Order: sequence, then structure tokens, then C-alpha cells
Amino acid sequence: MSEETTSSEDDITAIETPVYLTYNFTAGEATTRFLHQVRKGKVMGQRCPGCGNVYAPARGSCAACGLPTSEEVELGNKATVQSFTIVWIPIPNNPIQPPYIVANLVPDGANISFIHLMSECDNDSVHIGQRVEAVWKPEEEWDYAMDNIRYFRPLDEPDVPIEMIGKVPLSGWEGKA
Amino acid sequence: MKDIAIVSFAQSDCRRDAGACNEVELIMPVIEQAMQAVGLNNSQDVDFTCSGSCDYQQGAAFAFVMGVDALGAVPPIKESHVEMDAAWALYESMLKISMGQAESALIYGFGKSSPGELPTVLSQQLDPYYLAPLWVDSVSLAALQARVLLDRGLLSEQDMAAVVARSRANAKANNPHAQLAGDVSVEELLAESPWVAPLRKHDCCPISDGASAMVICTIEKARAWGKPYAVIRGIDHRMESHNIGARDLTRSVSTELAAAQAGVDRGPVEVAELYAPFSHQEIILSQALGLDDSTEINPSGGVLAGNLMMASGLSRIGEVATRIMSGDVRRGVAHATSGPCLQHNLVAVLEAA
Amino acid sequence: MSDLLRQQFVLGYTYTRSTGPVVGRFLTELRQRKIVGTRGDDGRVFVPPMEFDPVTASALDEFVEVSDRGEVVSWCWISEPRDSHPFDEPFAWALVLLDGADVPMVHAVAAPEAEMHTGMRVQARWSEEPRGYITDIACFEPEVTQGEG
Repeated sequence: MSEETTSSEDDITAIETPVYLTYNFTAGEATTRFLHQVRKGKVMGQRCPGCGNVYAPARGSCAACGLPTSEEVELGNKATVQSFTIVWIPIPNNPIQPPYIVANLVPDGANISFIHLMSECDNDSVHIGQRVEAVWKPEEEWDYAMDNIRYFRPLDEPDVPIEMIGKVPLSGWEGKA
Repeated sequence: MKDIAIVSFAQSDCRRDAGACNEVELIMPVIEQAMQAVGLNNSQDVDFTCSGSCDYQQGAAFAFVMGVDALGAVPPIKESHVEMDAAWALYESMLKISMGQAESALIYGFGKSSPGELPTVLSQQLDPYYLAPLWVDSVSLAALQARVLLDRGLLSEQDMAAVVARSRANAKANNPHAQLAGDVSVEELLAESPWVAPLRKHDCCPISDGASAMVICTIEKARAWGKPYAVIRGIDHRMESHNIGARDLTRSVSTELAAAQAGVDRGPVEVAELYAPFSHQEIILSQALGLDDSTEINPSGGVLAGNLMMASGLSRIGEVATRIMSGDVRRGVAHATSGPCLQHNLVAVLEAA
Repeated sequence: MSDLLRQQFVLGYTYTRSTGPVVGRFLTELRQRKIVGTRGDDGRVFVPPMEFDPVTASALDEFVEVSDRGEVVSWCWISEPRDSHPFDEPFAWALVLLDGADVPMVHAVAAPEAEMHTGMRVQARWSEEPRGYITDIACFEPEVTQGEG
């Protein structure tokens, strides 16, 4: 072996191996339908023909029954907090500053939650069962994206009891379903 | 391993771009078809579910978890996944049944390769220090293998073209799900320009989106269900070195060993479905399995007619099982592969009940 | 569906990989424009070095320096290079058996297609500034012997 081999401190022990792969993502039928409606300012759910649960955003199937979901259901602008967390890490390219709330929200008329942001709220008083409403971007900024809804903010409505979360109809909640 | 029955099989069409479908929408129709064939509703009606797929194909992390949405997995089911072809999901399911932990299993594989550039994606499954940084793609490695065979006179370009011509003709005759099918002569194929010389484009399998699904169970359960079934009489899989230079690329030692262990030579092989993504590899595999003119090879057209990456291996087994269940043949061999230049091979022997 | 939504995106895996002593030694030598392999239990010299013997599985630690010249044992011609490939112009991938090695390695060969043939002699073209990567060998090219060119 060569005598000029470099000293052990200079020996290579790790290498950077970045890999970048380019993809052309396709949304799929159910998500395409959903995003076309979001583009128009509407949140649509899909109902399972088996158990009747409404999903939003739907991926084309009921995860519980394994059945295709084809019936479209319009959902309300209001929702209920099913769960939440306070986040202290900033979101890249998002004006919302930490600490902020990420919540599991069930829109009125749906039975299964989706995840979105909450704002215009006192973080320390956010709670399960709280009523919230969507705050949309100006219409001219609407795109095929869930962030057409900037965030959800609290409503001055009575809380939904835990056993009723996920069962609030499209007609809303005024202390009773 | 004790005998296990295949009671149903379903496969989607092979399509170059199933853009309009997400994973769930690809999987659900084949699962429904495989389950309904034996009178089952969803995964609640089997004891175990196992799938095969690879998230890198569509570049969607944990895409296989999304796939579970197609199953009806509430309340929670016994479920597993292999980041491999679903033929290995079948193998895992057979172990589960052999251990007495299940009597029946649903197996499915799916691949949506169209969002990415598959040969480039596959370059990143190679040695991360010596090969992945070079971005050597899967077609090029197969072409290096083909050249070794051609240089040594172990096969000719005519032999390779004949494999392709038979694939297209068989696909036209027998396979409604094929992506490439039709009548084409060896002369016409050889008149085409090389693509990755010595390979021409038709020597390489197409890239396809789709899925396949299968239901297996104990022999007792199959009899109780009262449906025709095929028996998996033997199965084995073997893997060779990742170092392509250290392998004998002119033969498939791993297939030879798996074939011996699975008992391929214990009876006549009426039909064989071989997972040969490149034409020359079908010849290597036929030799490794000891097949001759008495065996009908790839009556479906094989994967040269359509390659559902991560489902094609399961489909090879399903193609043989279907022919046994219909009574057309009594004994056949199915093969699945994974990795560059036939690195990892699975062989299954299927027989009539 | 005619109104299907598509979105191009790039997925990045920005990993740093530990080399371990065998790969690390190989890459450290590459940085010095030297190529080393390891000797297997049956005497075969593996280049690039393998950490374990593929037959006996024993750890390999006998390093052997080999030449940066050798012979093409198989090749394929890339008439339409992919974006990820090392060249924009047509080139060959090859199995190159270096002088002193018993197992060929995969790398690129820059040469006209008409010159490519099994058995052709090639030599490494080193990158301008080797950094300890397999790509320190930029590619192989037709061998130039003394007296030629």
C-alpha cells in the first residue's frame, strides 16, 4: 500500500449522497372532484353507502367499510374541534407565527375530521367541542388547494358535548343537533 | 410447508398512465373482484391481509397505508406489508397460515409507476456508495447482462425477438389486461433500431399502472367454501449478491436453487409464468427452471405485455392458478423476481387439487 | 377524467451516509487517484472493495491496489441519456475489469459507439478535484498507450 496515504483524521468516514427525484403527482378521481369544488369555495364530503359516514376530504373509499364513496354531500362552513395541539415550530412560507393551533375539525354535515389551522383565538382557551368557522382567502386567490381556507376561528356558540362531536348536521348546532 | 389453496385471483388492466386513479381507486376493484369470487365482503372476512408495493414508484411516502382504506379495516384487522412485489406478501401469508395463526388471507399488490421515471427511481435501490451516485438505471444493467449472453453465444438477437413475438401473440390471444399485444414477426422486431444496445425497446417490459389481488386459505377452508382451487405444492425464494460484477450473469443460480427446493422437477410442468422484465431473462429463467418445449411459457404474454411493478410477481402466480382452477392444466410453475438482473427470485409449484 | 389535476414535484432525500472502514478506505484512496479492492477468501480481488465475502460472509480487510486501467467485459450504449445520467451526449455503461482485479465494476465509458467493443482497453479519466466519491472517476475512456497520440 502507498506510503503517502493520508493521516487517519483525514480518512473519509461519511459522504453526502443527496437524491432528488421528480414526479408528476396526480390527484385521483375523488380528490380531483374535491379540489374542483374547493376552487369554487365549497367543501364537499362523500358519503359511504354502507355505514353512512361522510368523509371530507374523501379519497374515494370508506376506510371502515372498504366501499367506494360516490355520493357527494355539501358541508357547512362551520366545524367542531375534535382535538388540537399547540405548535411551537414555524410553518415554512406561512405567515402564521408560533405558537399556533393545529386541530382535528369535523365540519357540520361530516362525520370524520380533517386537520387544519386555528387562529384569531386565545390559544389557552381552545378546547374540545369548541365551535369554529372557516376564514377563506379572498375569492381571487382561490386555487385547487385546502389553504383556500386560511384557518378556522372560534364562534360564539355553545360547545358540542363529546358524544355529539362528529354528529352535527349541516343545519348546524345551537345547543342541540 | 403445508399445502395451501389459492381460491381466487383478479388483476386490473395494465395501463401506461392510470392518472385518474389514486392508490385506493386502483386497488378497490381488484380486491372486490377477488373477494366476491369466494363470497366474501371485505378484509373482515379473512384472518390476515398482506400487501406489496413501493412508495418510491409514485413518490408518495406511506402510500401503502393509504391503500388500507380500500380494505374495510375497521375494527382493526391483522395486516402486514412488504416493500416488495406482492409475491412475497403471498409468501408471508403462507407462513402465517402454516404457523396456524390464520386460515385465510387476502393478498394484493399495486404499482403506480407513471408519476415518476421508473428506471431512474430503480437506480436508487442499488448500492448507495458505488452505484446509486452514478444513477445507473435498471434498463442499462439488463443491457449489460444481455451483452454478456450475446458475446458468449448463449443466445442470439433472434432468440430474444422470438420471446417478444410470442409474448405479444399470447397477450393478444389470452390476456384482456395486456398493454402490448398483437401479431409481430421476428423480422419486424429485428428491423427496429436498438434503444439501449444491445436491447431494443421491445426487449424491455413496458411501464404499467395497476393492481392484482388473491385469496388463499387452508385446504380445509377451500373445501368448506366449495369453490375450485389450486394447491401451492412448493415455494421457495433465494437472493444473490448485490454486486453485479461478482455474479454469473449468464444464469440464475438463485432460481435454480429455489426451483430445486420448491420441487419443480417432481412432475410435468404444463405451464410456466415467468417474471422476465427483459426478453433475454426469459431464456435464462427457462434454463434455470429446466423447462423445455413441453411447457407453455407465459401464455399471458408475461410482463413484456404489461408490468405492474410490485404486483407482477403475484400476477404470475395468479395466472397459473387461474389455469388450474379452470381445469385447463393440472400442474404449473410461477416465478417472481426483484432487483437488478434477476437478483432475487421466488419459485412456486402449483397443482390441481 | 379530462379535468384531472396534476402537479409536478421534486422529492429530495438529503442523506449523509456513514461509509464504514472498507468503503471509507476505498473513497479515501480515490481522493488520491488510487483504486483499491479487497481480497476475498478464494483470492479474488473485488473492486470496488466488498466488506464481506459473498460466499463465506467473512469480513474482508486485505486491501489490494489495482490499476486505473482495464478491459471492458460488457457494455451497453446509451443513445438517449436520461437527465440523471453523467453525460448529455451518448455514452456507454460498462462492466470494467481493472488490471489486478478479478471482479468487474460498473461505470461509464466516454467513447464513440464505433470504438466500443467487448475486450477494449480503457483507462480512468479522473475528475479535476477528487473528493472521495465514486464519481472521482469521472468515467473511463479508451486507453492511450505510450507511443500513441
